[in-house]
Amino acid sequence: MSIRKWLLAAGTALALQMAVSPAGAVTLRYANQGDLKSLDPYTLNETTTNAHLGHVYEGLTARGKNLAIGPGLAERWETLDGAKKWRFHLRRNVKFHNGDPFTADDVIFSADRVRAQGSNFQTRVPKGAKFTKIDDHTVEVELESPNPILIAQWDTWYIVSKKWAEANNSAAPTPASATTPSHIALNANGTGPFRIDSHQPGVRTVFKANANWWGKKEHNLDEIIFTPIPNDATRVAALLSGEVDVIEPVPIQDIPRVNGSDKARVLAGPELRTIFLGYDQIRDELLESNVKGKNPFKDVRVRQAFNMAVDKETIKARVMRGLSTPSALMIAPELFAFSKAYQSPKFDPDAAKKLLADAGYPNGFEVGMDCPNDRYVNDGQICQAVVGMLARIGVKVNLNAQPKAQYFAKVLKSGGYKTSFYLLGWTPGTFDSHNVLFDIHGCRAEGSPRGESNLGGYCNKEVDALTDKILVESDNSKRDQLIKQAFDITTKEFAYVPLHQQALAWGVSRDVQLTQRADNSVLLYWATKK
Amino acid sequence: MLAFVIRRFLQSIAVMVSVALIAFVMFRFVGDPVNQMVGVDTPQAEVERLRASLGLNDPTLVQFGRFLWNALHFDFGVSYQFRMPVTKLLAERAPATLELALTAALFALVVGVVMGVYCALRRDSWLARLFQAVSLIGVSLPTFLIGILLIYLFAVILGWLPSNGRGQVVKIGDWWTTGLLTISGLKALVLPAITLGLFQMTLIMRLVRAEMMEVMRTDYIKFAKARGLRTRAIHFGHALKNTLIPVITIAGLQLGSIIAFAIITETVFNWPGMGLLFLKAVQNVDIPIMAAYLMLIGFLFVTINLMVDLAYGFVDPRLRVAMRT
Repeated sequence: MSIRKWLLAAGTALALQMAVSPAGAVTLRYANQGDLKSLDPYTLNETTTNAHLGHVYEGLTARGKNLAIGPGLAERWETLDGAKKWRFHLRRNVKFHNGDPFTADDVIFSADRVRAQGSNFQTRVPKGAKFTKIDDHTVEVELESPNPILIAQWDTWYIVSKKWAEANNSAAPTPASATTPSHIALNANGTGPFRIDSHQPGVRTVFKANANWWGKKEHNLDEIIFTPIPNDATRVAALLSGEVDVIEPVPIQDIPRVNGSDKARVLAGPELRTIFLGYDQIRDELLESNVKGKNPFKDVRVRQAFNMAVDKETIKARVMRGLSTPSALMIAPELFAFSKAYQSPKFDPDAAKKLLADAGYPNGFEVGMDCPNDRYVNDGQICQAVVGMLARIGVKVNLNAQPKAQYFAKVLKSGGYKTSFYLLGWTPGTFDSHNVLFDIHGCRAEGSPRGESNLGGYCNKEVDALTDKILVESDNSKRDQLIKQAFDITTKEFAYVPLHQQALAWGVSRDVQLTQRADNSVLLYWATKK
Repeated sequence: MLAFVIRRFLQSIAVMVSVALIAFVMFRFVGDPVNQMVGVDTPQAEVERLRASLGLNDPTLVQFGRFLWNALHFDFGVSYQFRMPVTKLLAERAPATLELALTAALFALVVGVVMGVYCALRRDSWLARLFQAVSLIGVSLPTFLIGILLIYLFAVILGWLPSNGRGQVVKIGDWWTTGLLTISGLKALVLPAITLGLFQMTLIMRLVRAEMMEVMRTDYIKFAKARGLRTRAIHFGHALKNTLIPVITIAGLQLGSIIAFAIITETVFNWPGMGLLFLKAVQNVDIPIMAAYLMLIGFLFVTINLMVDLAYGFVDPRLRVAMRT
């Protein structure tokens, strides 16, 4: 390029830049700690990604501001045969962003695609479910066994256009091992209130309002600009300087400063994630302990002692700066009607010490503890506090706090559950107790998904039997009774040490009104900006 | 001479292979990439299938061989996080890093030389003392702290400059994007460039000051003064010229480290360059990106060192004699 040409290009670019932003357009700038990676809605099942893509894609159902399930792309549905057969009536006059109409074919196509290899959402739709097209706007689903919570997670099973995906060579989900990027990983064609205008992975994504959206819009935005800002200090500075309007999360220590500024405030509320401690109660000898030949955690008195030695209120006051809800159960109170009936064992180190002595450990024992330090709010500090509390009853904890990448590689099933004592957080993906009982209380068995995230190997056949009944029980009050029975057993056996539900903290400009949903999904289609 | 060049070249290749090997061995300890690619409640069978399809179950040596073979074809694989070819991702991010590094280097050189010369010539003035004090801060304060201080002062309190990002960028040609042509882009460049260049600037300033004071004491400067040359001609025509030879060598060598150390500055200012990409890759165990980035930085240093070695050979006759024997 000659100098003159180059100058000409530069001049044109400058002129263009001045012309691009039309006056009066409402732009909301949003920064999150995490990236928006692939745009393929079946690649990564993770809250932040699902929330981002929820602006562009929609499911058959939708969850409202209080997480209640409501109609989405399906206007209504009915169950037949005791929840063995479901019939969905699809919304008419819905169009994808490229103008194609939304029909039953897209639903059936998406049902196959979400269950295909390479999808991270395979459990959204049961393997044996048969989808049949009745007409263009009616789909029938036949299940192998009744399932009253079939649609619990369908709000984030996003419907993909059959015609568009097939035309763009994206009929199969983008597998992690793909060697060429697929069209759908970089482009999107949904039915939602926003469409993707440009997407540079890890740098910037621009959403534009979809003028032809079928629903009644509750926002006044023309454009959303999303930037990932992983560094806490930078993210807060960007909010305080007015360069972004919404950030998630605000680090706990910065909350007073954000609230003290005249530009922004913090929206805080309880999150659905439960943080808890677990212990290995399946091995005959702990991997990391000075007790040889037996496993102290097999003794219910030791587990009870741990429950009584950990002071949840102090963790709330000192570590969480008041921003947590101490919990007696392994599920958030919003998700289970009888939660109020449960109380944490009273904090009592002396009684705990006595229990340990009764169990044969008058001088306590030594145990290794695994803890992530970049996964949950103040996770590393919580573990340090627990180490101090257990020292009071004579248990010497050797803390191994490390980044989540190394931590998960060690403690999860893929790493061989190599832990004796650990801290973990859990949000039931279905927002339902069944998930909690099945995934983290179920007996582990080779070849079965039951209890795969039950890192300590707690096992009670009675709880498993109740869990199976809960899955197929369609009467709500009977179902809640069954869940209560199961939790009665697990809390009496001190399967875990539940700690708290951590708090959400979003930083929001004073010009922006926004609804905070308890699952930490930042949904800007409920945002208005002055 | 030819033998020397070939020997140097072969040594460079050996260095690159060792960089690859060390990097590859390190990847064994950064954690399990598969856990970062799926949700927590993904069935184990699916996790296993994913691991096998990525070739993570093969022996380390097989994986290393495959990596080297692909690297020879400039194929660094597909990023685990973004599902995009790594070469494309790096190429997308390279302009941001290079613009930042070159601006920082230019800032360091110009300001460093001016301050150094001033400090050497007006050693006892209060301004020279102030420069000295500032240079101490620049040498001793860590980069991320300087960055955060600048952000709080100029972005949050005063609101003059943006705290993060590149501002508006303009596309030039097929893949180069520049922030140098827009006002918001230039504004966004100021704070990160100062932060990144501050350390090098103080280094250059101290070097120039010491060298210049040395030169001012030499005989030919005294002769020049005795001949009645104007002070200006002595200072800038003779003394500065001789001062700059070692400065340029150092500055050239430092360019490599400016690019490599941009990681911290890019993180603090959320500058969408290769350093930020690398840091996020470490957090997410994105091995293809980490490997490619380390190879790129290794290549950069090896190339710079090779060129410096060869240049010395051409410039310094004593070295040429030594090479022949």
